[in-house]
Amino acid sequence: MTLGTFIIVSVIKIVIALFVLLTGVAYTVWLERKLVGRIQNRWGPTRVGPFGLLQPLADGAKFLFKEDITPPHVYKPLYIAAPMIAMIFAVTSMAVIPIGDWVTVAGVHTPLQITDVNIGLLIILGITSIGVYGIALAGWASNSKYSLLGGLRATAQMISYEVALGLSLVGVLILSGTFSLRGIVDAQAGTWWGWLPKWNFFQGQFVAFFVYLMAAFAETNRVPFDLPEAETELVAGYHTEYSAMKFAMFFMAEYANMFTVACLASLLFLGGWHGPLFGPTWLQEILPVFWFALRVFAFIFLYIWIRGTLPRFRYDQLMKFGWKVLLPLAVANLVITGLVVALRA
Amino acid sequence: MNPVATPFFFYFLSAMALISGVLVITRKNPVHSAIALIFTLLSLAGLYLMLYAPFVAGVQIILYAGGIMVLFLFVIMLVSVSRVERESQFNKQWLVGIAATAALGVLFILVYAKGKSVFPERTVQLPEQLNTQQVAVWLYGTYMLPFEIASLLLLVAIVGAVVMAKKRI
Amino acid sequence: MIATADYIRILPEIVLTLFGLIVMFVDPLLPESRNVKPLGIIALIGSLGAVAASIYQMRYPGPAFWNFVVVDNFSIFFHLLVTIAAALVIMASFEYLRVQEIRAGEYFGLILFGTVGMALMSSAVELVLIFIALEISSISTYILAGFRRRDAGSVESSLKYFLLGSFATAFFLYGIALMFGATGSTDIPQIASALRLNGAPLLAYVAYALMFVGLGFKIASAPFHVWTPDVYEGAPSPVVAFMSTAPKMAVFAVLLRILFVTESPSLLAGSRPVWFWWVWGSAAVSMTLGNLGALVQNNVKRMLAYSAIAHAGYLLVAFAAAPEAGISAAMFYAASYTAMNLGAFIVVSHFANAGERYVTLDDYTGLGRRSPLLAMTLTIFLISLIGIPATAGFFAKFYVFSAALKANLVWLTIIAVVNSAIGAYYYLRVIVAMYMRDSTQEIPVMRVPAGVTATLLCSVAAVIYLGILPGRVLEFATRSAQSLLR
Repeated sequence: MTLGTFIIVSVIKIVIALFVLLTGVAYTVWLERKLVGRIQNRWGPTRVGPFGLLQPLADGAKFLFKEDITPPHVYKPLYIAAPMIAMIFAVTSMAVIPIGDWVTVAGVHTPLQITDVNIGLLIILGITSIGVYGIALAGWASNSKYSLLGGLRATAQMISYEVALGLSLVGVLILSGTFSLRGIVDAQAGTWWGWLPKWNFFQGQFVAFFVYLMAAFAETNRVPFDLPEAETELVAGYHTEYSAMKFAMFFMAEYANMFTVACLASLLFLGGWHGPLFGPTWLQEILPVFWFALRVFAFIFLYIWIRGTLPRFRYDQLMKFGWKVLLPLAVANLVITGLVVALRA
Repeated sequence: MNPVATPFFFYFLSAMALISGVLVITRKNPVHSAIALIFTLLSLAGLYLMLYAPFVAGVQIILYAGGIMVLFLFVIMLVSVSRVERESQFNKQWLVGIAATAALGVLFILVYAKGKSVFPERTVQLPEQLNTQQVAVWLYGTYMLPFEIASLLLLVAIVGAVVMAKKRI
Repeated sequence: MIATADYIRILPEIVLTLFGLIVMFVDPLLPESRNVKPLGIIALIGSLGAVAASIYQMRYPGPAFWNFVVVDNFSIFFHLLVTIAAALVIMASFEYLRVQEIRAGEYFGLILFGTVGMALMSSAVELVLIFIALEISSISTYILAGFRRRDAGSVESSLKYFLLGSFATAFFLYGIALMFGATGSTDIPQIASALRLNGAPLLAYVAYALMFVGLGFKIASAPFHVWTPDVYEGAPSPVVAFMSTAPKMAVFAVLLRILFVTESPSLLAGSRPVWFWWVWGSAAVSMTLGNLGALVQNNVKRMLAYSAIAHAGYLLVAFAAAPEAGISAAMFYAASYTAMNLGAFIVVSHFANAGERYVTLDDYTGLGRRSPLLAMTLTIFLISLIGIPATAGFFAKFYVFSAALKANLVWLTIIAVVNSAIGAYYYLRVIVAMYMRDSTQEIPVMRVPAGVTATLLCSVAAVIYLGILPGRVLEFATRSAQSLLR
């Protein structure tokens, strides 16, 4: 592939990925409002378009045209940079996430992934760990007590759960022997006895899967771990002082992060895009993407479901759960996986 | 694919590391210093990547930029910044600093002048290997004992931190 | 695959680590008020197990783990030294922990973990591993120094030790880096062969100097000794007994290995090594400053701290002396110093009582009448520290001085002898206070608990054994020196 085609192909992929991601984010918000509404025996949005389907567009327009208030007491450079940092890093992790197998479009054979690096997982972990700065700096730059407390809570929570999250992934790494996300998915191809897929989940990583799931909830600040924005105590947490598009950026970043962790969960534990393939060639090329999207959707659904069901943790419970339950579980899983792999070798 | 624009990225990352490094020690507000330090660490990670050490780069970002510096910032954010800004630094050591910098500068010039014959003309084209796996093989092979002993060191440090910092053990 | 013999060659370290972990695991299961004894007994078993493992190692000499550690007579000698010192301190600490209300789990755990580092320092032959082991031993001693957390002096001691110690370790690390730059290796035998092939470049001199700065701090030799009195004064006394002996001797082992092995070719050829004059100067200054400082101290702990500086100086004299006699003399000195200094500090620790109240010279007045046995043991340790015949200190000094004379170091020997005479004055001052002055205040006499008795008996036995029959230990040390120089 020449440099020219490489750049063109990459730009196309980036544009598509961004478009899909942002649309996905917008409609996840719609889905959330609809589902939580149904759970609470309400209708959710119904007025804008059929089933309220145009609601995200209306929301977007509202955010764009609202007055952008910058309170006088904030530290401006960081106040403005913080939502950008949060948004940028939330979107960047999409760059290494594969969403399907190789395809040939217009004579160009290319993977369905913006770039395949051999330390993909490390990069995602690194990007999410830096993403904390958006929230932490927003809390500090806002120069208000609610924001600061929200920012501190978010930072403490994300650092604590990052440990369990990272450790829960090591078991998968041991099994597949690579950091490349594509490699990890490839290692999960095939089935046992013709029906049980060789997903890492079934290869004994179910404990790791649950640890990952919990930690992912905490990492994305979702219920039941949404203490950084607990409205009963902190008004709106780190984004108390933000309005209009800056607020929308935090909002989008949170949902984009949800997508990232959902994609990771599908790729690492549930076999990525593997699933039954049938039909003509064009269908066989598209089906993996469909299977992958289905898994991601299932996780998003789970997120919303839990949001509608569970109450919030208390802060000390949150810390205790992270350090005294999830971390030991993740370590135990790691030790046992290592032992099994060593004995099998 | 061959890497493109290597000199540009090298000079860009080095300049960023140096400038933000200078900012770390010249900013009065500790939060600004911490943010500058994050930039230094990130540009170093970029340099590691250019040396085909992706694992080191990744670990640099996750541990230093994403872990340790967050904790730093966490602590600094709790400190009243306005008071810190009013206080003047009590150990101004401009003379010593300038002398040390000058000595180091002379040393660099000497190395540059004398080293031309010693150092190779062009940078060696490093092979793009499975660098991460190599690191693991070395760590769990030849360097196993120091690697494992280092975990004991960390254990001792954790116990020590708890003993020293906790009000009631 | 790693051979079983490899594991046996680090068996003492494994045993210590395991027992340290057991202590940490059992600690939360026991009621806080009654956990000193069980935990102490576990720790004691662990350290004695490590002693046994070190003896067992004698049958498996050789390198292990890709030449990172080597088991030879030299390493076994220092293994025995540090593990026995750890066992003695653990035995003597039972009562102290109860009286001072110190948490036992962390205390014993850190002693055992620290001992792992010290033991590893004596057998490691690779600078990076030595550095990690040194850090383990240093960090655990920094923390142990601050264990009386309610006492400001103890916290100050810990903080001072930590800040200066980290600074010193950085020097050592920098030295390693430069040595790697000069020779292309961090493996001590390989450094030696590289230096022999290419001669010592300027970089190697700088590397030696930096490493000596770092290690010189840890052994409290001048001019890197300033921290010693403050740290020893504030730290809990059993901890001082420990940290003035075991970690220090481990660092001496590292120094012996680095300095002598890397320079063995030129040493065997009879020429002076590159580091000769630093060691010479440091030895002379340490002895003089240590002894002069001790003269004016009224606090016995501070006095013993200055005496420790002086003794580091005497030990360094052996370094400057002829290689083979010097190494064996240094090893013998290390063993005797451990026995007498540890014993002396344990007596001080027992006598100091709750809150470390009674540590000045005035408190020692009339001790000879109040508790004659305690006074007598302290006297034995002190006369051994002076170097009076029939005690370990005499032969230790004798071997060091004769090794120095053998190498024609007349001036250094003269300085050392003059210093020994000065030293006698302040040690005798304590003895005079104990026996010939009447006490001015009422000081409660505590019953000597069994653990302290056992420790003191062992130390006294060691001091007298080494003072009367030094032959076997010296012979072992000589054989170790030969194996080191080969």
